[in-house]
This record gives sequence, structure tokens and C-alpha cells, in this order.
Amino acid sequence: MPTILTPPEIRRHAEEEHHLGENDNGNGRRPPTDKKTGGNGDGDNWDARPQGRRGPRERLKQARIGLFLAVAADAMFFIALVGAFFVQRVSGHFDAYNRYINEWLPITLPSILWINTAMLFLSSVTAEIARQGMFHEHDALEEWIGLGRPISKRAGLWLGATLFFGALFLAGQFAAWQQLSLQHVYASDNPSSHYFYLITIAHAIHLAIGIGALLTAMMILRKGRSLLTRQVWVDCSVWYWHAMGLLWVGLFLLLEFGQ
Amino acid sequence: MNRWLHHRFVGFGYLAIAAVAVVVGTFLSLVMRIHLAWPEYVFPVHGIIKPEEYLALVTMHGTMMLFFVMTVAPLSAFSNLILPAQIGATRMSFPRLNLFAMLLTGFSFLVLCAAFVVPGGAPIGGWTAYPPLSVSALAGPGQGLGMDLWLASIALFGIASTAGAVNTLTTIVKRRCPGMSWTRLPLTVWAWLTANMLAVIAFSVLLAALVLLFCDRHLDTTFFIPTTDLINGVQVVSPGAHRGSGSPLLWLHLFWFFGHPEVYIAILPGMGLTSMVLANFAHRRVFGYRIMIATTVLIGMLGILVWGHHMFVAGLNPFAGALFSVSSLAIALPSSAKVLSWLATSWRSRMRLDTPALFALGFVSLFIAGGLTGPILAQPILDEFLHNTFFVVAHFHLIMALAGVFGLFCATYYWFPLLFGTKLNEGLGKWHFWLTILFAYSTFLPMHLTGIAGEPRHYAQLNGMAGPAATLLAATLPLQRHVSSSAIALATAQLLFLFNLIWTLKRRIPAGTNPWNATTMEWAPPLTPVRTFRGPCEYSDDGQSFRPQWSEDALQSIERE
Repeated sequence: MPTILTPPEIRRHAEEEHHLGENDNGNGRRPPTDKKTGGNGDGDNWDARPQGRRGPRERLKQARIGLFLAVAADAMFFIALVGAFFVQRVSGHFDAYNRYINEWLPITLPSILWINTAMLFLSSVTAEIARQGMFHEHDALEEWIGLGRPISKRAGLWLGATLFFGALFLAGQFAAWQQLSLQHVYASDNPSSHYFYLITIAHAIHLAIGIGALLTAMMILRKGRSLLTRQVWVDCSVWYWHAMGLLWVGLFLLLEFGQ
Repeated sequence: MNRWLHHRFVGFGYLAIAAVAVVVGTFLSLVMRIHLAWPEYVFPVHGIIKPEEYLALVTMHGTMMLFFVMTVAPLSAFSNLILPAQIGATRMSFPRLNLFAMLLTGFSFLVLCAAFVVPGGAPIGGWTAYPPLSVSALAGPGQGLGMDLWLASIALFGIASTAGAVNTLTTIVKRRCPGMSWTRLPLTVWAWLTANMLAVIAFSVLLAALVLLFCDRHLDTTFFIPTTDLINGVQVVSPGAHRGSGSPLLWLHLFWFFGHPEVYIAILPGMGLTSMVLANFAHRRVFGYRIMIATTVLIGMLGILVWGHHMFVAGLNPFAGALFSVSSLAIALPSSAKVLSWLATSWRSRMRLDTPALFALGFVSLFIAGGLTGPILAQPILDEFLHNTFFVVAHFHLIMALAGVFGLFCATYYWFPLLFGTKLNEGLGKWHFWLTILFAYSTFLPMHLTGIAGEPRHYAQLNGMAGPAATLLAATLPLQRHVSSSAIALATAQLLFLFNLIWTLKRRIPAGTNPWNATTMEWAPPLTPVRTFRGPCEYSDDGQSFRPQWSEDALQSIERE
């Protein structure tokens, strides 16, 4: 590949974006608070401005749309698994005597899963407190001006609580798998146990990704330079966490009552 | 911004992956064709192709061409190179995610190629990897480690495509320049939008299917393994495994829920580009612009609902077959609307027949020729006979592979001045087009005939067997010899394109900023304020002047070259 892809004489689009300084999101140094217009009255909307100058929440909105699409793709993954679950629950085969055999044996779920679900719910509550705290106007303004970091400190604490409950959930899932194996219920036993292990492990992997995202968000809270970046990371990782919580509720109800 | 994160760089990276894949995939297909027509031919270095090697060739050809050429090039490469400029965006929404997706795609291609050199060689299950044969290493060489590598490669590819689609979709939604409303978006962007939506919806389902298949192969589950499944006389039972009520049909459902949208991912960008290029060279507005937007989205939506038409003879419930048949036939309506719009746009327009316009017309021609066999195959009762014959091979090669490739060539010739500042040589380009379309038809039309004669796909050899069926099969050999010769000629004709590429890049005669008199944003002269004032393709009624999207009032006259 040639190093110069487009000769300079016909370069149409600037390679470099204007590099913005700290606490400057390119909107004339506006604080990242929730304003509906560009500030010139009703006829002025952010979207008529060039990109990169569409208000303090431009990056946040973009990140949310990206996250929504990624979660939608993820939802399709689980929809496929759940669809297969229902198909296999009712399917069977004919044996040598031409009898229809359905081998689906529902497994009794360990009751610790209820406790895990409660833990996950609590973690979503603490995560939501952290997320909403990032947008308190008065504190956001203070932090944006540079008078300490009231928001980030508080959000860090709440995210820590979220991590704690999330880790408890994962440990609880592990305990559930242990209990089942003590009862000699293994993944390869029966179609129903295939699906129980597959669904719970797939969800646990997604939750581990969520924990990774929360850890990153906490790191950004410490190291991130602009308030906007910190808001984006906390907001999106928390929304992902909520999505995984909601997904777990659906999957848990399916496994508890749908077998 | 770091140069690596620039969408142009990422686009060229994708293009490089697709270029390598298309060369390898074409080579594999030629080896296949030579072996099919002249089974005794001893290849240099390798020797005679064994049947299982032939199946490996089929599998890898299909996988490479469909995933790494027909998905990577239209969906990822050209959308990265062109789309931001077309919507007036200076950058993508998530440049790092974009770069990650490109590198992961490249890595997944390497993983796929690794299957050639592991013990047992490449997988032999076809690009659809149907169980139960794809579940067990007993099914043949290549179904062990080779198959695992195939699974890993496609899983990584699916993750990469989803990540790339998230980035592209967000860019289209949030990064349009002022004035670029939804109805002013070029049809290429609409096509990329629809195709990327399909990618977001479909690839995850494939990933789920691959996970289930992996569990069946290594974790003693039975999602796809039916009771008392015998492979080569050996019962497929792992120690301690409960073997029972799996169903290969479950894989078919999951796989084709991805697989059918996938073929629309391959063709939709070509449709959008064809609309724009025909309007551009005819100096006309696109006929029925909003309806064309609607048909693009409609084809995408219907594409998700028709996966069952691949399974008419696989044990699908016949009532479901009827529904899938109706929904598949329904796709003919928006497709016909598109064809009519292309014809109406070019009708009596005294089109400038430069190479991009020729390839766009070639796309229309192949789309009609390949599309007409679609409704035939969408009838369950006809599919009963035609399923897995060469008729199907002819159908999807014409409509997806070749129409898609013509779309890619059209894109290359059309956007070359934008990407490299110089036009590809017109004379060579015209030769390339005529030879390509001639040999394309001469390669794939006869396959309809051998298919109707009953020749199945995936057969490594047509002669040398006994019995009446074998006599019928051997009767297709002369036609297959013609097809093979044609295919070799078709591949040879592409050397013209390669020569054209090298020659043009050596000479680099500068082209103007807007050599085709195009109206879309990517052709705006440098330092124009990025703003959109109107929809694309606003040519005056006499075809003498046009209003580009980027200028407020200037009526620019078309210079006759």
C-alpha cells in the first residue's frame, strides 16, 4: 500500500481535527449540562451546526447510539439461544418401536439464583445512582470549572458498590454451578442442562465484560481529563450493566418457569 | 488524528484483505473447475485432486468469497473509504472500534487460511457446515482441527463485522453534515445503512449457532446430533455423553437466519451504487428516488424473513415452507421496482458509456439474469428437484457473486479518481468490462442446463462410475468442460484490470476534482464549506447542467469530454 493514499493537491478533507484543550468540547467552552438548543433561541438547534460542535452532549448521544446497537446485536445472540431452547424443549425422535420420545428433563434450579438476582438488582440500583450523579448540574458545573471533583469521587464510590454486588452475583452463579455438579447435574446430561449451563455461562461472560467496562470507567474517573469523557464512560458502562441485568431477569424467568 | 485511525486507512486495509481473499478464492475455484472437467489432470506439485480435497476446495472457496470478499469489500471497505465523505463527515464515530474491526477481520482471515496447513487440512463441510457431519471429526479429514479453525475464524469475523456495523450506523445517524436530511442521503448510504442493520441483526445469530456447534464438538452436548447418528458406520457417541434429541434442522434455522441476510449484505451496496452511477452518467435524476429508498429498506427487511427457503427439502414443516415461499416471492416486488427504476433512469438518456456506467449496466443485466431464477427456486415443489443442483450454483453466482463483483468493479472505476487522484485507463477498462461480462455469462448460464439435467453440487467427479444415474451425470461433462474453459478465460481477463491498475498508478495523470460531473458530497472541491443544499443527482432536464449537493445555487454546466 502506498504511504500517500491521496496526493496532497486533491486532499478534500482535513486529516486533523482541531485539537481541543482540556475542559473544552468545542462548543465555545460550554459546560456539559443538558441544554436543548445552541443558545440562540428557539430556531437554533444543535443539529444544524457542523459535527463536533453540536453541543456538550454530542459525544454522549453518539456513544449511547453505538451502545444501543451493540446491545441489540447481543440481544439477537440471546434470542437465538432462547429460540433454540424452545425448539429443543418440544422436539424428540422416534425410537426403534416407532414411539415418539422426548428426552427433555427439566432441572430444578438452585435457589441461590434468587439471591443472585437480588444482588444484580442492587448492583443496578447503585450503578444508576452513580450514573445520574454524573449529570447533577450544580456539581457538574463545579467540576467542569475545576473546583475539585465532587462528582467523580461520588460516582467512583457508587461504582465500587456496583462492582461489589456484581462480583457477588458472579460468585453466586459459580456456587450454583457447584451445587448442581454436587447433585451430578452436568452440562452434557440432558438438553435442558445443556441450555441451563450455556445460558448462564454466556450471561456470566457478558457480565464479566460489564465488570471490565466498570473498572475502565472507574479508571477514567481517576485519570480522564475532561468531564465529558468521564460522563460518557460512566453512562455507557452503566447502561450496558442495566441491559445485562434486564437480560438476566428474562433468562432467569425462562429457566425457572419455562422448562 | 492518528493516521491509523483514519477511515481511509481502515478502508484500504479492508480492501487489501478482500484483494488477497479474492485472489486465493479465485485460484481455489479454478483448481476445482479444472479437476471437475479433467479429473485425470495431474496438478504440478500437488498431483491429482482427491474427492475430499475437492470438498475442501469448495468449502474454502465459498467461505473466502462470501465472507472475506463479498462482505468485506462492499460492506466494510467502500463504506469506510467513501461514506464519511458522502454524508459530509470528517471522521467516523468510533475510529478505534473501526480499526479494531479491520484488524480483527484480517486476523480471522489468517485463522481461516491456517486451516490449509494443519493436520487433516481444510474443512470439507461446505461453507454452510451442516451437522451432523460438521459435528464430528469422524466425518473426514479437515473436520477435526480444520473445522475448529473455521469455526473460530467465522466467529471472529462475525464479531468484527458487528463492531464495524455499529460504527458505520452510528456515523450515519449522528455525523451527517448540516442539511443532509434522510431523504437527501445518496442511495449508496441508504444501502450501507440497510446492509449494516442486517449485519447487526444476523451475525449474532450466526455466533450463537457457532457456539452451539462448538459445544457439540467438544463439550458433549447434543444440540445438533440426532439419535444414534452413524458416521462412516461408527456411532457418534462421546464417553459419558447423553446422545439424543438434537436436530440438524436447528442448525439450518440458525445458520440461514444469518446466511440469507448475508447475501443481501453482499448485494445491497451494489444496488445503491448502481442507482447513483446510472443517474450520474445518464445526467438524470434517479427515477423514483424515495421509492428506491423504500425498496432498499424493504429488501433488507424481507431478507430477514425468508431464511426457510434454503430448507424446503431438509425436513421443514410443509406449511412453513408455503409461508417461506410466499415471503421469498415477495422479494421479487421491490427487486423489480429497483430494476424498473434503473431502466427508467437510463431509458433514452444517451448515457455516457464510461467504464463505471458499463459496469453498472452489467450489474443490472446480471441482476435480471440471476434474479429471474429466484422465484423459480422459491417454489418448494421446483426446489424439490433443483435443490443442491448446479441450477442453484448458477443462480447465486449470477445474482450475488457476479452482480456483487460488478458492483465492486463499478465502485473501483468510479471512485478511483477520488482515492488516487487519477482515472483508470478507459480503453483497457472497456475491454475488461466486455470480456468479463461475456465470459461471466458463458461460465454461469450453462450451469442452469447441467442443473436441470440433475447434476448435483459438490460432486468431485462426473465420470468413471457405473449405472444409469452415472451415465446421466457423465452426460453433463461436455458442458462442464465448456464452463471450466470459460472460467479460466474469465480469470485471465481480470489480469487486464490488474495491468490497468499498475499502469495507471505508474503514470498518475491527474484527474480533476469531479471528473464524472457527479453531484454527491464526496466530489466537493477542497475547502468547500461542508453543507448540503439538496438531494443528489439534480441534473437539468436537458442534461446540460447540474446542481451539486454542496453548492448553494451554482448551476454547473457539464463539460463534454
